Amino acid sequence: MCLAIPGKIQSIELLYGGAVKMAKVSFGGIIKEASLEMVPTADVGDYVLVHVGVAISKVNEEEANKVFGYLREAGELDELYDTTI
Amino acid sequence: MKYVSEFRSPEIVDALLKEIRQTVKGNWNIMEVCGGQTHSLVKNGLLNMLPQNIQMIHGPGCPVCVTPVSLIDKAVHLAMEKNVILCSFGDMIRVPGSGMSLLEAKSKGGDVRILYSPLEAVKIAKENPDREVVFFAVGFETTAPANALSVVHAHREGVKNYSILTSHVLVPPAMEAIMSDDDCRVDGFLAAGHVCAIMGIGEYYPLVEKYKIPIVVTGFEPVDLLEGILMTVKQLENGEHKLANQYTRVVETEGNKNAIAVIDTIFEVTNREWRGIGNIPFSGYAVKENYSDYDANKKFNIDIAEAHEDPTCLSGDVMKGKIKPHQCPNFGTKCTPVKPLGAPMVSSEGACAAYYHFNLATVLVEE
Ligand code: SF4
Repeated sequence: MCLAIPGKIQSIELLYGGAVKMAKVSFGGIIKEASLEMVPTADVGDYVLVHVGVAISKVNEEEANKVFGYLREAGELDELYDTTI
Repeated sequence: MKYVSEFRSPEIVDALLKEIRQTVKGNWNIMEVCGGQTHSLVKNGLLNMLPQNIQMIHGPGCPVCVTPVSLIDKAVHLAMEKNVILCSFGDMIRVPGSGMSLLEAKSKGGDVRILYSPLEAVKIAKENPDREVVFFAVGFETTAPANALSVVHAHREGVKNYSILTSHVLVPPAMEAIMSDDDCRVDGFLAAGHVCAIMGIGEYYPLVEKYKIPIVVTGFEPVDLLEGILMTVKQLENGEHKLANQYTRVVETEGNKNAIAVIDTIFEVTNREWRGIGNIPFSGYAVKENYSDYDANKKFNIDIAEAHEDPTCLSGDVMKGKIKPHQCPNFGTKCTPVKPLGAPMVSSEGACAAYYHFNLATVLVEE
């Protein structure tokens, strides 16, 4: 659960009069919402490391692809899929 | 289950292993603090590739494993309240409490929901104004900004039926507790990369100085881990003790200022009980007084019987590095991931489950 997964920002939405920046982030095609409040300079097209719905740092494209590839290969992306018990 | 043996950069892995073999002369115990790193070391079969004189000790860095039983019991109790929707990360729901786990509470009619993010719990609270929504906010520093942010969002939107049940733990005080233990066998530490991405690396300087021990901030991929181990071994062989950063591509020295600010808004440092280890001073976060409306501990008067653990579970010794998981007599017999006796068998980041899933015990025994 301490995993941070890299994804690409697809679109950004400003909420509460611009106080909160939420993004749609694509993780190899799976789209999730993430808050950009910790990385306010992140923009559409940038790659961010997302941990439990919050982007914690920007990463470059090469690093993002490398880490995502590793996580996919190692079968570590379960938390992106809808969780059912 | 098979190891992930096909590394994307096998030549780099080979080169690093070769350099580690050439560098190491003494016998060294290196602790990786983070459960994600334990998982990666075991899953990728790295433990069997390292030279025999480097022993990896698996630290307490799995939030699921160190959340006290009493708190699980509280979460279960809340889940069984009619009016409460109890939300949690998926890893927490199988953890045995002293009675039920959250999964069992769910099967008995409790409204337990697994979420990807605490921010989703605030939405659920908005959609269900007549119910109380509680998020079971566990985690290390990496998760603290997200949990804090959920309170900020609820506050900003005037959502009154949302609160968090916190069991936040902090890494540096736990490392200090391990080092100050007289039987401490750790010669060097790999510090957790993503924790440092939030908090920066400044907190480790005093530890390096006080305990004269190398600390290397490290990522979690095989290449990162081997590089971190090599950097640690080089220091040990040279008689050095420095703070170094292997994971510079993600970790900045100062950490993430915005994340630290949101943590400071909502949380204050408090003493915290760690399952299997005991009380560690100033090792956790609690919700600050002025946000106590969002603190489930204060909002609900939960009066439950004293928690008890299975007395034969040796998770404390495992997390302090005194024994390896397969040396616990219950390992794989009375205790398995399907029926765990203790928390390290529940989460794949827990050392016992990691060893169980990847059959490491058998491999080691056969050697
Ligand atoms: S194997 Fe099970 S009983 Fe033994 S220490 Fe690990 S979790 Fe506890």
